[in-house]
Amino acid sequence: MTSLPESTQRKLGLVIDLDTCVGCHACAVACKQWNDTGVVAPLSDQNPYGTEASGTWLNRVHSFEARDDQGGFALHFPRSCLHCDNAPCVTVCPTGASYKRTADGIVLVDEDLCIGCGLCAWACPYGAREMDESQGVMKKCTLCADRIDNQHLPVEDRVPACVRTCPTSARHFGDLGDPNSEVSLLVAARGGVALMPESGCAPTNRYLPPRERRSAAAPVAETGEAAADAPGGFLGWLDRVLSA
Amino acid sequence: MFPARSIILFTTLSGAGFGALAWLGLLGLAGGLPEGIPTALLAGGLAIALSVAGLVASTFHLRHPERAWRAFSQWRSSWLSREGVFSVATLGAALAMVAAWMLCGPANWAVTVAGIATLLGALATVVSTAMIYRSLWAVPQWHNGWTVPVFLALAVATGGLVLCAALSWTGALTVSPAWLAIGTLLALFAAAVAKTCAWNAASHAVPASDTPSALGLSGRAASAHPLEAPHTSETWLQHEMAYRVARRHAGKLRRIAALLGLLVALPALLLALWLGGLGASLLLTLAALAGLAAVLVERWLFFAEARHKVTLYYGAEQV
Ligand code: SF4
Ligand code: SF4
Repeated sequence: MTSLPESTQRKLGLVIDLDTCVGCHACAVACKQWNDTGVVAPLSDQNPYGTEASGTWLNRVHSFEARDDQGGFALHFPRSCLHCDNAPCVTVCPTGASYKRTADGIVLVDEDLCIGCGLCAWACPYGAREMDESQGVMKKCTLCADRIDNQHLPVEDRVPACVRTCPTSARHFGDLGDPNSEVSLLVAARGGVALMPESGCAPTNRYLPPRERRSAAAPVAETGEAAADAPGGFLGWLDRVLSA
Repeated sequence: MFPARSIILFTTLSGAGFGALAWLGLLGLAGGLPEGIPTALLAGGLAIALSVAGLVASTFHLRHPERAWRAFSQWRSSWLSREGVFSVATLGAALAMVAAWMLCGPANWAVTVAGIATLLGALATVVSTAMIYRSLWAVPQWHNGWTVPVFLALAVATGGLVLCAALSWTGALTVSPAWLAIGTLLALFAAAVAKTCAWNAASHAVPASDTPSALGLSGRAASAHPLEAPHTSETWLQHEMAYRVARRHAGKLRRIAALLGLLVALPALLLALWLGGLGASLLLTLAALAGLAAVLVERWLFFAEARHKVTLYYGAEQV
């Protein structure tokens, strides 16, 4: 059924800390590895050893140069399905292959029903769905539904592979529908936001914006006369201490 | 968006086919269908064939066409599913109408009833096709009030052109009320106005999203530019959503579409009405072909010019 549930008992999702993410791609690789070998069919690659290697990935890490009033800063941005409450990718699906789970809000694709029309990928503003070119069915982040429910795994492994792997602990997993859950408290404390809220998709995942830089930080570089006149070395240090 | 041949053919052919069926339904319920089995066969057959050809073309876009029947199941939420349901129901009604037309003649209660169903079904099918695109927020060029009127007007116009040509070859255009030709003329004109408005609106539209919003940085950063892509070569997503290649030809192609529609099809139709005879049939065929060609170009642009929100992650500043 591609009609959306009116409400879900839980809202499982990710909270991604853009302040801590170093753009190492470990989450993307862990995701690829788990979903290549898990219960569903593998994520195919095309021309994997050639110069134009491509393939299906459920998590992609972009790097940006953002600018604020203090200048530029690097921003690493992992992009994956946000498990939207009001997911347009689900309602457009003509076959019932795409659905949102009532129990936990996870958005999934039943690959046996999918006709590979691609409409759901068009409907997602976030580019979270990718066609598997060799199997001809749509793939997307499952929030590792086959880990989080898996009683055979040790408790610490019952989280999405990306969360388990992230070396800087920039990724958090939990119930964003419960205002007292750890993730919800983190979002509240850090001012977590939804991406493109104007989409009306009501994403579940939240991103924690980079912290403001300390205002005492030295200006990036002085140019022109001021820079030329400013003494360097010990005198410069003395000058800065005295004029502070 | 990537202008896939299968989808361009699908929307163009099935637009003309269901447009022609809408006209036939209207003629049927108004008792205006011409006499004669050859006329019924040619006109009805052509409209049905075009609609079916469009639907067949659409299955070439599917990676699993053998599962296409599943697409009839989600009509409660999906416009694509509704389009499938309406198209098959309309084809059923149209077959019934053409059969009644051939067996019992044009003035007959069965033709009237099936005509009503064919007219309503054909319009619903075209509206559903348009709604597939109209409903996608992620593509602002489609997600606006012009998409449905443009699809409807173009379908009714090209359907009318095809039907005029078909009826003229059996000598029936003069028999049937001239209002089919006049209606087609008006539809062509309406399509030109609606498409001009759509192009105009697209160039003046205020983008709703920018890169900071896509990255969750609104209020935190004024701008953001890609430093490194997540991958070393183009992905399916970019191929599908970030089509750029020929956007620079857009102006030329718009003029070609307008030329085919307004300077070939429209004058040919007018001239044919005045001329009559074999010359009219030839001119009307030319008009129909020019109309279809204009829509093919328009549809190509409809996809190629449309920008998807995901391009915000690949360098677009505002979408
Ligand atoms: S992020 Fe995209 S694919 Fe995921 S639920 Fe939202 S709309 Fe659907
Ligand atoms: S590609 Fe598959 S999951 Fe997506 S809309 Fe089409 S049938 Fe549904």
